[in-house]
Amino acid sequence: MNTLEAVGDLRLTGLTKRFGSFTAVDDLDLTIPQGSFFALLGASGCGKTTTLRMVSGLEDPTAGRIYIGDTEVTSTKPYKRPVNTVFQNYALFPHLNIYDNVAFGLRRRGVKDVKKQVDDILALVELAHLAKRKPTQLSGGQQQRVAVARALINQPQVLLLDEPLGALDLKLRRQMQIELKRIQTEVGLTFVHVTHDQEEAMTMADTIAVMSAGRIEQLGSPEELYENPATTFVANFLGQSNLVAGTVTGKEDGVITVDTHGVRIALPESRSRVESGAVIVGVRPEKVELAAGNAAIESGRNALPGGVVTDASFIGVSTQYLVKMPWGQELSVFEQNTGKEIYRPGAEVTLHWDATQTFGLDGSQDIEAGAEIDDEAAK
Amino acid sequence: MTTLTEAPPKASEVLGAPKKKRNLLPYLLLAPGVLWLVVFFLIPIITAISASIQTGSLDMGFKVTWNWANYSSTFSTYNTEIIHSLIYSIACTVICLLLGYPLAYFIAFRGGKWKNLLMALVIAPAFTSFLIRTIAWETILSDHGTVVRIMIDLRITNLMDHLGLITGNHVLNSPFSVVFGMVYNFLPFTVLPLYTSLEKIDPRLHEAGRDLYCSGYRTWRYVTWPLSLPGVIAGTLLTFIPAVGDYVNAYMLGSPNTQVIGQVIENEALRDVFGYPIASAMGVILTFGTLLIVLAYVKKAGSEDLL
Repeated sequence: MNTLEAVGDLRLTGLTKRFGSFTAVDDLDLTIPQGSFFALLGASGCGKTTTLRMVSGLEDPTAGRIYIGDTEVTSTKPYKRPVNTVFQNYALFPHLNIYDNVAFGLRRRGVKDVKKQVDDILALVELAHLAKRKPTQLSGGQQQRVAVARALINQPQVLLLDEPLGALDLKLRRQMQIELKRIQTEVGLTFVHVTHDQEEAMTMADTIAVMSAGRIEQLGSPEELYENPATTFVANFLGQSNLVAGTVTGKEDGVITVDTHGVRIALPESRSRVESGAVIVGVRPEKVELAAGNAAIESGRNALPGGVVTDASFIGVSTQYLVKMPWGQELSVFEQNTGKEIYRPGAEVTLHWDATQTFGLDGSQDIEAGAEIDDEAAK
Repeated sequence: MTTLTEAPPKASEVLGAPKKKRNLLPYLLLAPGVLWLVVFFLIPIITAISASIQTGSLDMGFKVTWNWANYSSTFSTYNTEIIHSLIYSIACTVICLLLGYPLAYFIAFRGGKWKNLLMALVIAPAFTSFLIRTIAWETILSDHGTVVRIMIDLRITNLMDHLGLITGNHVLNSPFSVVFGMVYNFLPFTVLPLYTSLEKIDPRLHEAGRDLYCSGYRTWRYVTWPLSLPGVIAGTLLTFIPAVGDYVNAYMLGSPNTQVIGQVIENEALRDVFGYPIASAMGVILTFGTLLIVLAYVKKAGSEDLL
């Protein structure tokens, strides 16, 4: 039974889940290519875990279909799906030792000689020496690896990971991120990873789907999502963004000109979601530099003059500034520590950045969307 | 440790030997319990053991004569009653487990916000006296009652007569009614510990089981059952131990043909003074027999899964 040979993209079509009047997952269409490391990223309550549970079969969809390869599994019992889950908090069987926990799936499928496979997988997660221990005798990181081994040993076509690193401390989490990525590359299975931690998603996944209110806001590689967010939610949730409202005033040679609070900003047409009317221009804080007072800014760069530094945090590799603009909005700037002058709070500065690093979003959105949620999720 | 307490403050010196007092405290706290056990457990059991090996007459008085024959004659005279006690209590324990497990399972996993209310209902009958409840069953199961009439109409009595559980159309005064009463009275003792151990099981473990190729039954067999074993052992013990010594059900709901150990003890002790050694021997047999059975059961249950 070598499931790896079968072509098995995971395909969701029109997948919907309602709990009473609450729509947790709203008409989701998604194809996850076989062998990819896919992350579903979103704040708690966005429907990502519900989506995962529908794929595993632990939750029945209200509408829509789930395919693995050409086989529809929408109403297949969970124990008959070629899918295994690494549960949040692991759900290891407390009455069984590590060896028996890992062997559990194989034994239930009637595999007689499990020893070699169990030994191999325990070696893969580097836990062979703890085989006889009970789960409670293991640390969080070790339990997490047991949970991965217990699921992986069954060679599922899709491995689902439900916030697998949520219970670990920061340092261990970093280590496990690399570990999981290594295991995924080694075994070549499809991993679908649910998380609220954008850094975790970016570190591990080839493709990220950002979810909000039961829908996918944007799908793409970590670079795509970061450099070209499609919505203010993605721009704020994935990293930080400086977003400023403005109006399109013209277009010429692939460059859109925008008026924001009386200042003219150039926006590459290829990076803008709108070509006329209200627009939100955005730039990532690390792309922005500061210049003193009203110093002249070279051409090809966008400049926002008249800012006043309200906060400067020196953190070694960079200095993070909060700058209050004349129209009251606070923008953030991360300046690399390259030996440049450090501005003190109260200093008058001009913000400037390479015009090609500007992105444009539909001006009708909530400019704050996703920002508060990120703070909450990061705590 | 002694060096730390060698120089007590003056005030406590006045109060006298503070160190000794502190060391005595645990024993003082234990004393009431120990005293209770000595007076109401140790002395009676020694008395019973000594009475069980006495002989004598009214004129000469009774003396310990190491008359072990009291035991052999108890066994040979009352072997039927001993067997009754064993069969009824084992049947009661097994039936309580079969009824109580699904009940506890349902309340623990499907009870939701009604959990506590449902458990209160399970215990509710215990608020009425054991005796009164049993007398009530005597009325309910009587020959002219509605219950028996329905059982006759549905030919259930016929079937039970064939199985030897009752005689003719009389439900009362049969092995069936005795065990029925015991099950009714002891069911809460099975359900409570079962519920406690089932309720502790993380429902996510069921999901993990289903994810790892277990159907509903197999999830129960390989995840829920082993995790509920402590509750099963506690529940069956709490049922079996009082059941094996119970004689109220046999007395109220049974007949002379369903006599159990407890009734023998009562009859012998009340008969006349010559019955004392036999009654004592029976008591000792019951106490130590139960102890042996329980020890064997716990050892077996502790060493491997019961199935």
